[in-house]
Amino acid sequence: MAHILQTSFLPFTSSLRRTPVSGPKGKPQALQVKAKIREIFMPALSSTMTEGKIVSWTKSEGEKLSKGESVVVVESDKADMDVESFHDGFLAAIMVEEGGVAPVGSAIALLAETEDEIAEAKAKSQSSSSSSAQVLEEKPQEKEEVAPAVPAAAPVAPAVWSPKAVAVGSAVHPASEGGKRIVASPYAKKLAKELKVDLVALVGTGPMGRIVAKDVEAAAAAGVVAASESAPLPASPEKAAPVAPEIELGTVVPFTTMQGAVSRNMVESLSVPTFRVGYTITTNALDALYKKIKSKGVTMTALLAKATALALVQHPVVNSCCRDGNSFTFNSSINIAVAVAIDGGLITPVLQDADKVDIYTLSRKWKELVDKARAKQLQPHEYNTGTFTLSNLGMFGVDRFDAILPPGTGAIMAVGASLPTVVASKDGRIGMQNQMQVNVTADHRVIYGADLASFLQTLAKIIEDPKDLTF
Amino acid sequence: MHSALSSLSFSQATTVPRSNYAFDSHSPAFALSQPVNLRFCGLRREAFGFSSLTQSCSGRVRVSSRGHSKKISASAVGNGTPPKSFDYDLIIIGAGVGGHGAALHAVEKGLKTAIIEGDVVGGTCVNRGCVPSKALLAVSGRMRELQSEHHMKAFGLQVSAAGYDRQGVADHANNLASKIRSNLTNSMKALGVDILTGVGTIVGPQKVKYGKVGFPDNIVTAKDIIIATGSVPFVPKGIEVDGKTVITSDHALKLEFVPDWIAIVGSGYIGLEFSDVYTALGSEVTFIEALDQLMPGFDPEIGKLAQRVLINPRKIDYHTGVFATKITPARDGKPVIIELTDAKTKEPKDTLEVDAALIATGRAPFTNGLGLENINVVTQRGFVPVDERMRVIDANGKLVTHLYCIGDANGKMMLAHAASAQGISVVEQVTGRDHMLNHLSIPAACFTHPEISMVGMTEPQAREKAEKEGFEVSVAKTSFKANTKALAENEGEGLAKLIYRPDNGEILGVHIFGLHAADLIHEASNAIALGTRIQDIKFAVHAHPTLSEVLDELFKSAKVKAPSSSSPVSEPVAV
Repeated sequence: MAHILQTSFLPFTSSLRRTPVSGPKGKPQALQVKAKIREIFMPALSSTMTEGKIVSWTKSEGEKLSKGESVVVVESDKADMDVESFHDGFLAAIMVEEGGVAPVGSAIALLAETEDEIAEAKAKSQSSSSSSAQVLEEKPQEKEEVAPAVPAAAPVAPAVWSPKAVAVGSAVHPASEGGKRIVASPYAKKLAKELKVDLVALVGTGPMGRIVAKDVEAAAAAGVVAASESAPLPASPEKAAPVAPEIELGTVVPFTTMQGAVSRNMVESLSVPTFRVGYTITTNALDALYKKIKSKGVTMTALLAKATALALVQHPVVNSCCRDGNSFTFNSSINIAVAVAIDGGLITPVLQDADKVDIYTLSRKWKELVDKARAKQLQPHEYNTGTFTLSNLGMFGVDRFDAILPPGTGAIMAVGASLPTVVASKDGRIGMQNQMQVNVTADHRVIYGADLASFLQTLAKIIEDPKDLTF
Repeated sequence: MHSALSSLSFSQATTVPRSNYAFDSHSPAFALSQPVNLRFCGLRREAFGFSSLTQSCSGRVRVSSRGHSKKISASAVGNGTPPKSFDYDLIIIGAGVGGHGAALHAVEKGLKTAIIEGDVVGGTCVNRGCVPSKALLAVSGRMRELQSEHHMKAFGLQVSAAGYDRQGVADHANNLASKIRSNLTNSMKALGVDILTGVGTIVGPQKVKYGKVGFPDNIVTAKDIIIATGSVPFVPKGIEVDGKTVITSDHALKLEFVPDWIAIVGSGYIGLEFSDVYTALGSEVTFIEALDQLMPGFDPEIGKLAQRVLINPRKIDYHTGVFATKITPARDGKPVIIELTDAKTKEPKDTLEVDAALIATGRAPFTNGLGLENINVVTQRGFVPVDERMRVIDANGKLVTHLYCIGDANGKMMLAHAASAQGISVVEQVTGRDHMLNHLSIPAACFTHPEISMVGMTEPQAREKAEKEGFEVSVAKTSFKANTKALAENEGEGLAKLIYRPDNGEILGVHIFGLHAADLIHEASNAIALGTRIQDIKFAVHAHPTLSEVLDELFKSAKVKAPSSSSPVSEPVAV
């Protein structure tokens, strides 16, 4: 009954095949198309199609094409279709590899009229594809040119298996024959190809020294970190953070998956009636404690999470949430989610059972979570099981701010910097204290003003007398 | 009997000659000098003349044919009263799905029936094959769905970390097998089939000995004997199976451990299904395939699409065109070591070190100890040679009277339901009604996510036949992306493909890759079995919205030159 519903599936008949058009309608990018080298565009195979995936190239580079011959199979939102060549010539360069996605109207290959022009077309494809963000997989010869995220200084070698790099090889593995063979799991190999990591240079940590997915991810992450480290350091340390990656002004950049998720969550949060309560907490004792146990690997984040969790034990309602608009959901465990900025996105690794786990374990756990987050390896339960969220901008010198409540939770606490402040004491003296402002945003359907107020009071007491934090 | 079969056996199965017609002394009216166009299925091939080829095979005709057949069986042979000298009318050696199907039908036909089983009732399919594997695949399908954040989000569902308990999964498979086994046993007991325990051996014509080890043998006689001993996993030489790290499907179905990295030797049905299970449970998989392409038994187009969906996006890599010439199980702190040899040059190519290896290179007939030498029958690579009616052929090429072989043991089509259909066919014959099974109407399915199913010929096979016989072949395709139900399930990935003759509308083959493909294929397999033509079936109505509309669209998109048959399927009924 598809025809009744107008969900017109287009049958595989030649009359319905669209042939790619080249010429004036092409992207402006089509640098003065000389008549002899034509671009093959991603055709619009249906009225709703905005982008198409290359299923397979039926011709390979250098092959001769005649007009009307099928050159590529494209998957649209409806079906897979053969795309025919509109001209005679040679398929000079494939710009979007199989499995790649390209928007409708963008060039996916170049067609040369004569064999002599193939090389010229190839050169052209390299210069134009480097500016095309949609190209998912590049041809090997283009790789070095098209990976601006990984400067040449990075230890991530070009993804060509170069035997000279063997010296660092994973000689640990018995099957590797002293580095001659690479033993990597199927997924590790796939990832290496995607992330353009050279397996030869990796040392495997899997069973028997085999290279596994996390080794590749770590290498890819290390590559990026090393790249930014190797960049010349700016003169003033404060400015070190905002050395943002090049952003081309005047462009529209689509959200990444993570950014899309953040966007959706933020809009969703508008349906929750929230209110805010602030509190100023003296942190002299906490700072002293931190100084004392910092050497044992304890982080401020872990201390704050621990303090918050201990306060939540006494105020279960602040750890609750409202799922259906009709009831309180009292969470059985206290899982503190901590917002972390990452690669132009935001993720909230979760410290589970923060009230029960001791501060040292909690700190180790936090480090592990951050490493995983950087490697994009967090499992869903490690970032979406939080019951209370902490957001800390204190390290930037922010003294107070206001957080948006993540959907599905009851409250979030925005933590400002702890700053030396002149205070008047009750006995009329003036003194200096380190003070930190916190500001809790909560869902008023389940958490009322008095609840937050008493929770904050408890939290302040714990922080001002932090002996319980270390047990 | 296994739901899965190797590429090897699959190609054998599909090259079965298309011998749909048969006539002998029981059907005197059946005198046609030009058998070429007679392609109605054996299940319904009766002693009545077909005047025209375009005559539809309607339900009414079928009902009358049944009545007819009963009369024949009662009069022509008189099986109802067996000679006193036999203990049984029918003895079946092997209580797998094939033997069970034959036994049930024999009872229905009034035969005194016994079934001999040396192991457990249910055979491979129920205990070590299709049944427990379906339990594991049910788990893997759900895991896969729950783990696909993208898929869940598209539904607006939020699921936190899906996990599994290996023992729980293994128990599910084991419980299912026990349940089906007891159902099978009870159904036979309730019908009065004698279940004789022990290994059956043929000691002479119409004579079988059975008994447990250490007990005296019993000898029973029967008018007819069916061999249905099935098959065991085939392990090529050089491979050492230890049941722990180098395993066959028999061990894998117990799911005693889920390795980080498992190599699967053979990318036929068994290998594919297990790759689906293992990757869903978190393993990474390496396929080792001797042929140049993965999934060699499938229609090439379906295979290509399946590879794009079932292999490429998953944690799977593969080596094609290589033999696993030596596999050593993990021991002394060393992993499983696999030596690969180039299939063409026979030179060593690579060495793999993995945590486990699953040998899924097909199945070998289980016919040792059957006593075939006592009746001068020589097996061919272990298979019992049979004619198109499953009658056993001896070393001199002569038929052995009263002896039949069905299922994996004859190797015609190594599928549980094919064995059962062959068994029913044999029972029809021994009760006096000639019968021949159309193997091209037997569907096959691979229960990956999504599923793959097929019936009849692949496109290359059809084109080859068309070339030889001089007819035209057309192909029609529909996509699951246009199906409302598939889209509602967010499972638009899939393709249905119809291979047919545009001149007369005959269905030559149907291949489906997509959601519930295994359930969808039967409309096509029934049409082939009953000889229904596309121009007729396209008027059949499908409920909306259902996945079956994929086939509806498929039939409707075919361009058949022949007019639809004049007589409607049923009398018009006013409502």
